Amino acid sequence: MNTPIKVLTPTGAIGTGFPRAAFDQALLERPDVIAMDAGSTDSGPHYLGTGTTKASASILRAELRVFMQARAELDIPLIIGSCGTCGSDAGVDLMRGLCEEIAAELGQAVRIASVYSEQPASVVKQALAQGRIKPLQLDHIDDALVERCSRIVALMGVEPFIHALEDGADIILAGRSTDTAVMASLPILRGAHQGAAWHAGKILECGASCTTTPANAVVMAAIDDTGFTIKAIGEGARLTPRSVMAHMLYENSNPHVLVEPGGVLNVEEAVYTALDEQTVRVEGSVWTPSEDYTVKLEGAAPCGFQSVVMSIVRDPEYVERFDEWLAYLDSVMRQRIEKHLGIGADDYDLQFRAIGKDSALGALESRVGAPVEIGVMAIATSATAERTQDMVALLNPYLLHFPLPGDKDLPTHAFPFSPASMDRGVVHEFVLSHVMVVADPLAPFRFSIKTVEGA
Amino acid sequence: MNTLQTLGYEIRSKNAGPFSLTIDVFCKDADTFAQLAAEPKLQAPAIAELFRRPAQSISVFPIEALSVIKISLPRPVVQGALQDRDMHGAQWAFILLDALGTGEDPRP
Repeated sequence: MNTPIKVLTPTGAIGTGFPRAAFDQALLERPDVIAMDAGSTDSGPHYLGTGTTKASASILRAELRVFMQARAELDIPLIIGSCGTCGSDAGVDLMRGLCEEIAAELGQAVRIASVYSEQPASVVKQALAQGRIKPLQLDHIDDALVERCSRIVALMGVEPFIHALEDGADIILAGRSTDTAVMASLPILRGAHQGAAWHAGKILECGASCTTTPANAVVMAAIDDTGFTIKAIGEGARLTPRSVMAHMLYENSNPHVLVEPGGVLNVEEAVYTALDEQTVRVEGSVWTPSEDYTVKLEGAAPCGFQSVVMSIVRDPEYVERFDEWLAYLDSVMRQRIEKHLGIGADDYDLQFRAIGKDSALGALESRVGAPVEIGVMAIATSATAERTQDMVALLNPYLLHFPLPGDKDLPTHAFPFSPASMDRGVVHEFVLSHVMVVADPLAPFRFSIKTVEGA
Repeated sequence: MNTLQTLGYEIRSKNAGPFSLTIDVFCKDADTFAQLAAEPKLQAPAIAELFRRPAQSISVFPIEALSVIKISLPRPVVQGALQDRDMHGAQWAFILLDALGTGEDPRP
């Protein structure tokens, strides 16, 4: 290859906003691809459990419109990975629907590739039976656990993107993908240095987070035969070797090594050199292909119906003697729930979080303060909506009027709402931290590649 | 909490996926880094005790080029589990900050 491949990443996640002026400025440098992701596990298991999207469809639509216009003007691919927050099939279809509407509106004829990453339970169970599922941070897995999952996704590497690009896709809307693969795919297809392409992908994945001016910049990496050059673009945009290197730390357990589908990136020997105030050159990143090709699996399973009841304790004596009061409330509530509902301690989950005291850290909290008031958040979870409602009904009068031991007068604590309870519906938990060994990097993924004729 | 000027370092924690927590101690200069890299409270046994995780599950990476000490461990609670209190894991940094001593008496 002779010319470097320029990857423009306008945002850390579509739907969260991007600096328009900086983006327009970056387009003048003629990127070869616009690439970004649309999700992560960071918002928790709800999205994967339900297949839903955190971002608002109208905001996604407005941003997508800008990216689609830019893509058409430059005649370059637009790649969006981890569509729909969790990479669900529904998330890909949501983005596809928006894309088709916008294409019609703009009169664009575009070839759109949807790449789906949900894994049927049968596929995972078969892999399990064949010994192709290996544990990462959780050991436990069996057929029953796989069946409990409401949704399992596999994280794709660069190959599915390359497959869609080779098929002529103008726009790729992918299910769950590794953040890095989204950005690394076009450079790898065009023959760029693999270590550099993956390393640039990691640095680009959160958009301008790797700059010293994240509020007002977009980032573009130019990947070539020996390394990559990363540039902060925008009015006053800056980055430094330190800010670029520091991004390897971000949400990453090991600052030197990144395990990806098909290989391992090692950046321990990478050298970062400032070319000017906006540009850093990186060389020395090493990509080592792995013996087995693996894809990471993410799975979320329902773990009950949940409701929350909030009450605020403000009476100074109650705040003063809060621990005594809460311990008494906790024991009375458990007895009442078990007696009235005829259930045992294993049949429900009840937690009280003392907001203003230790609700964020619980038993690990090391500080003791003197709060003015304490919010009591009672969290009730059980296997059925009815049982959870029964728990809430039992909790309600107690959270309103529960006295201190020996207090003759019934206090009335503060309910901020009517009703005092908030139903959270079915809640989910992450239950998989495993990889699946596959013979073909495309095998776990399904493609729908079609040209949409603009109106 | 920006303690870089007052203490010479600041600490941030964040999920590294749903099952891992990663803590970055940013030092303001090479001297502070050298001092903290040798600090017993930032070694695996003390971290294990503080976060109640097995010592062999804790990795400590002193990164001299950035004056950063990175500590990674299994998340004290899996992200989003019923017992989880902090979806993004950012408050655990303050436990370490308190353990290192912030110069304030944490008691009232």
